[in-house]
Amino acid sequence: MKSGPGARRALLIRGATTIAVVGVLCWLPQQYGPTETTLYAEALFIAVAAMGLNLLTGYNGQVSIGHGAFFGLGAYATGILMLDHGWPFLATLPVAAVLAAVVGAAVGFPALRVKGLYLALITLGLAALFPALVNKFVKSTGGTSLVQLYRVRPKPPEWASSFAAAEDQWRYYVTLVVAGVLFALMVNLVRGRFGRALVAVREHEAAAETLGINLARVKVSAFAISALYAGVAGSLAALVRLQANAGQIEVFQQSIIFLVAVVIGGTATTLGPVVGAFVVVLLQDHTADLIKDEPTLSPALFGITLILLMYVLPDGLVGGCRRLFRRIRGRMHAGSATDSAPT
Amino acid sequence: MQLFLSQLMNGLGNGVIYASLALAIVLIYRTTGLLNFAQGEMALFSTYVTWKLVDDSEMGLPVAAAIGISMVIAFVGGALIERVVIRPVERSSPLVIVIVTIGMFLAINSIAQAIFGTDTKQLPSVFSDAAWVVGGVRVTAQTVGLVGVLAAECLLLWLLLQKTRVGLGLRAVASNPDSSRLVGIGTGNMLMLGWAISAALGALAGAMIVPMTPGLSAGSMQAVLIYAFAAAALGGFDSPLGAVVGGIIVGVAQALAIQYVDPLNDIELVVPFALIGGVLLFRPTGLFGRRVVERV
Repeated sequence: MKSGPGARRALLIRGATTIAVVGVLCWLPQQYGPTETTLYAEALFIAVAAMGLNLLTGYNGQVSIGHGAFFGLGAYATGILMLDHGWPFLATLPVAAVLAAVVGAAVGFPALRVKGLYLALITLGLAALFPALVNKFVKSTGGTSLVQLYRVRPKPPEWASSFAAAEDQWRYYVTLVVAGVLFALMVNLVRGRFGRALVAVREHEAAAETLGINLARVKVSAFAISALYAGVAGSLAALVRLQANAGQIEVFQQSIIFLVAVVIGGTATTLGPVVGAFVVVLLQDHTADLIKDEPTLSPALFGITLILLMYVLPDGLVGGCRRLFRRIRGRMHAGSATDSAPT
Repeated sequence: MQLFLSQLMNGLGNGVIYASLALAIVLIYRTTGLLNFAQGEMALFSTYVTWKLVDDSEMGLPVAAAIGISMVIAFVGGALIERVVIRPVERSSPLVIVIVTIGMFLAINSIAQAIFGTDTKQLPSVFSDAAWVVGGVRVTAQTVGLVGVLAAECLLLWLLLQKTRVGLGLRAVASNPDSSRLVGIGTGNMLMLGWAISAALGALAGAMIVPMTPGLSAGSMQAVLIYAFAAAALGGFDSPLGAVVGGIIVGVAQALAIQYVDPLNDIELVVPFALIGGVLLFRPTGLFGRRVVERV
């Protein structure tokens, strides 16, 4: 670790940015109406799922296009427990998390032998299978597999009435707190021993193994943790959207959205998935009403924007910004000190 | 026994369909080493073109001619997509390319809907609806025709890849792009050709698939694509033969599961993925895939 004035300044900048970001996130529901607040809450839970997927895909190099299934599992766990068993929302959260993690670990086991595209395909199978299973076995109140939570939706408590009087605000803040806690945990996880093990396994499995890393444990844990994040995200989604459903196309698209958020934001960066989630959600929302007479064209706009973003920023928004900063700093250093030529 | 045989025929019919799209997937994988998520949507678009050529009152072409023309259009379109859309990210990480193909997936699907409308279209089959009873089992001209088309496709692909100079180039680029550039193979042209052929195969597959479904609509290819991916994974992504065998196994297993295993009703998707899981556990690169030796 570097020390001295440079490091202290970096720490200051980082602290100031964190406070600013948290401030903005807290202020959003005060400024905007229910529609936007719900949209931002959506971005927050997608960020949670993307953080988890980033651990698996970004840091560990295992591509999954099936995390929509874990997400759906979390949503259904919360939905069914709240609607049919009368649980409060927060009590369902750990259940959703554990359930998703257990299934995630089970799916992670084949991943020990199956790699790359083949693994992506197994996870695709998961995304394809989940809706079929739900539609066959879940019979919620009303007889369909759609779980509606309007009747049991949580009300904002008394003590929060000063800042979250409206239900949408309350749901946003609950999502924000859960997302914040999970973000902090994730940052610690990837900066620590486990995070370095993940990267080592991604870069070279055989080499990592010779360094004494237990491949099986690392890969299965990565799968389980990322599934846990997706499960919690699903649980939050049930809270925000007040329903859980699982159409074949929706589950697949959800999985794709997570992956898009990770790559757009920047793989293997801590902030990337969060930035990516907001960009994806807002982009989708804006392209949806950009062309008034042709609503069928809005996915085209979204798709083309994705492609263009990949041209300009192949390493994602966070990666791109990092490159930009490095270049600016390089310029400044080159200007001030002639003896430290860039190597 | 009779029931078993007729289910077998059903499964074969479906399996051939999965195989035809899986072949296109495998071809792109062989030449470029990437999985094209937009494969199904490219086929969808071409099938819309076929439909337009058949349905349009002015043109009103016979189905076979329409398929031929749309294959040519797809061939050119595939080459253009490679050159314009894929080329700029060719050397990026595979994840970036995956996102680009996902972007294409969304764009092509919605552009197709905007051009051709959102209502369901009917595309007549190129085969007659005749059927024969052989040994108590109904064999439709549809199934026989599909098997014939697929067999011809495989033969042509095999001839192209194994017996021609161009095929040698395609294989060389797939196995080592840098070395093949050194020996004077136009890598870029080969990649373009791979995409072009694969798009044309997709157009053919689409025109075969749609008459067997309730109709042509925006979601037509998505379920088929999942099965085709399953077929390709089962056979090994780099093996055309594997794609065909994989497709047929998936189709037959699915048909038999629906018939004989009651609890699997509506969740017959379990079958292909259970198969994939099982096969990949013992052969991580699919039934016919090649193993890659890793050096430390």
